[in-house]
Amino acid sequence: MELARKFKEMFSTVPMIGWLLGILVGVLIEFYWGYDYISYYLGLPKIPVLFGALIMLKEPLMIPGAIGYDLIVYVIPVFLVARVTTFATNPLATFLEKLPLIVSVLIHLVFFYFILHLWSGINDYRELVVRLTMVSIILTISINVINGYQGEFSCSHPGFMAIGAYVSSILTLLLFTNDKIFGEALLPAYLGPWFFPIALVLGGFAAAIGSLLVAIPSFKTRGDYLAIISLAFMFIVKSAVENLNAIGGARGMGGQGEFAPLWVIFIWTILAIWIIHNFVTSILGKALNAVRDDEAASESMTVKTRKTKMTAFMFGAFWAGVAGGLFAHVLAYINPGMFGINRLAEILAMVYFGGLNSIIGSIVGAVSINVLGEALRPLELFKWIIIPLILIFVMIFRPYGLISFKEFNVKRMLRAKSKREQGA
Amino acid sequence: MTALLNVNQMTHYFGGLRAVHNYNLSINPKQITGLIGPNGAGKTTIFNLITGVYTPTEGAITLSGENIKGLETNEIASKGLGRTFQNLALWRHMNVLDHIKMAHYSQLSYGLLGAFFNTPACRRQESEVEENAYRLLELFDIKQYAFDIITSLPYGAQRRVEMARAMATNPKILFLDEPTAGMTPDELIQMIKIIRQVHQDFNVAIFLIEHRMKFVMELCEFIQTLVFGEVIAEGEPEEIQNNPEVIEAYLGKEDLT
Repeated sequence: MELARKFKEMFSTVPMIGWLLGILVGVLIEFYWGYDYISYYLGLPKIPVLFGALIMLKEPLMIPGAIGYDLIVYVIPVFLVARVTTFATNPLATFLEKLPLIVSVLIHLVFFYFILHLWSGINDYRELVVRLTMVSIILTISINVINGYQGEFSCSHPGFMAIGAYVSSILTLLLFTNDKIFGEALLPAYLGPWFFPIALVLGGFAAAIGSLLVAIPSFKTRGDYLAIISLAFMFIVKSAVENLNAIGGARGMGGQGEFAPLWVIFIWTILAIWIIHNFVTSILGKALNAVRDDEAASESMTVKTRKTKMTAFMFGAFWAGVAGGLFAHVLAYINPGMFGINRLAEILAMVYFGGLNSIIGSIVGAVSINVLGEALRPLELFKWIIIPLILIFVMIFRPYGLISFKEFNVKRMLRAKSKREQGA
Repeated sequence: MTALLNVNQMTHYFGGLRAVHNYNLSINPKQITGLIGPNGAGKTTIFNLITGVYTPTEGAITLSGENIKGLETNEIASKGLGRTFQNLALWRHMNVLDHIKMAHYSQLSYGLLGAFFNTPACRRQESEVEENAYRLLELFDIKQYAFDIITSLPYGAQRRVEMARAMATNPKILFLDEPTAGMTPDELIQMIKIIRQVHQDFNVAIFLIEHRMKFVMELCEFIQTLVFGEVIAEGEPEEIQNNPEVIEAYLGKEDLT
């Protein structure tokens, strides 16, 4: 404990930009020497994809090598560089603080994207994991709006996602792809990337309209009964799509264009975080919490509770639809089976693991469940024992999730951290 | 002077049960009126009927001359009817400042898009609301709790938050449902002070339900006594205090034999 405290204190002077710099150095080391030198001398067959987790589980003999690789490439350079460069990064952070907040945030984001791009560019599998993780982040934050901020137990998220996925896929397939369901492309393919955001937004709107089927019953009922209604909604969407042969039925729909590379998904993720954060920190957004905690009191305090509930559902569903659209274009194939009870379990696991009523919690939840899910893949069946066990322990020790009821403050996250402030 | 709140011949049935019968009420601006009566007499039901939680079966209700019968609770509230609850109705995961800010809901005009994109209009209005919220916190002497979660506050302070929250809706008339329930004598005296202060500073009329006679007699200019959904006596505090029917309803009939 004492050691951990000392450790924490030692790195408390590192500003955000310092950490980013440290990570950049780690990624650069991997990029230039990772394959030729480091993994070669450690006896690893190739660069470990997810911090060596896969190799360690497949071949226990490789464990020392993989740990050594992590230490040499990530842990040591990141901490060392972050700590050593504080003399330069703190003044830099102070300088960035003087700029308008938006500029400073953009600089950090571009820097972060650059690192992410480099890291995930090392192999395709890694990139796919990163893209799917970011889609999960949007999904988790959007369900947090309904299940966390609004406090309903909604199970219809895979349904919203399916609506978004199908609507946007139909649009892009119809317009830009020569496809066996919809025939020749109607527009030249080079317009595709420009139209893609519109398709996503339309998918989102479709999901939002679909969500009214759950939102309107929520005026009269809540808790278990609404959970059942929302579950029914999910199954209705799934079986409706299964029986619509015009859009591929149970066989699904494939061949979506490559409209969702890393940077597009990154921008959408940041956009989702930004808009949802704005909403939930405004009074109109906090009305969700008020309605959740005491509906009668909210009414008496002039809050329009019906409008608020409807907003929560439609807003959450909109982003679920957008996430669905991105998901469809990452995999370039969808079928109704993807939006069933398994997906629901995954989404609920992410949001309850990460923490209710907190965007940062949702991000943590989505990233950890995704990375864990991928890292434990070699364990096959045991993966589905270990992840639920972790969930159970989180629920025992932190009933609202890892990080709950906490909003992040961008300004505080990015500010310089000098020794002086430590005492205050 | 026209009455601020006017209730005319209000009757309400819960199924076959007649909860309120031919109830009349007229409150002038700045008047403090009390409603007393034994348990189960229908006092809170009358509150709920006027504030729009239930819609009365018969009768008319007007606020500043406007009909408010049949409107949604939030619409009635934003027309200038604030209230507190018998058992505190606070938002348990929210801090005190957010409570007061939330009650400004109907005064915001930036709309959902403003909230999504954090537009200048949204920022301006939110900071105005925050300023006003701090002013109220100071007035009710709860500024030191501004960032505390409501459930961590002492009971008396929670009551004050509820009152400050009701005042944040900018009411013309304030409904207080047993404002001193569960309070110690000290807190009771403080509550009387607060209610007096609110009454003076905000120029509101007050309509309150209360069990403690001392409190009612001290504050109210006009008192109604309700028994089984019907008003059996109304008048100034002295009249009520000496009215044999009221004494009977509260203490039971004197056995003369």
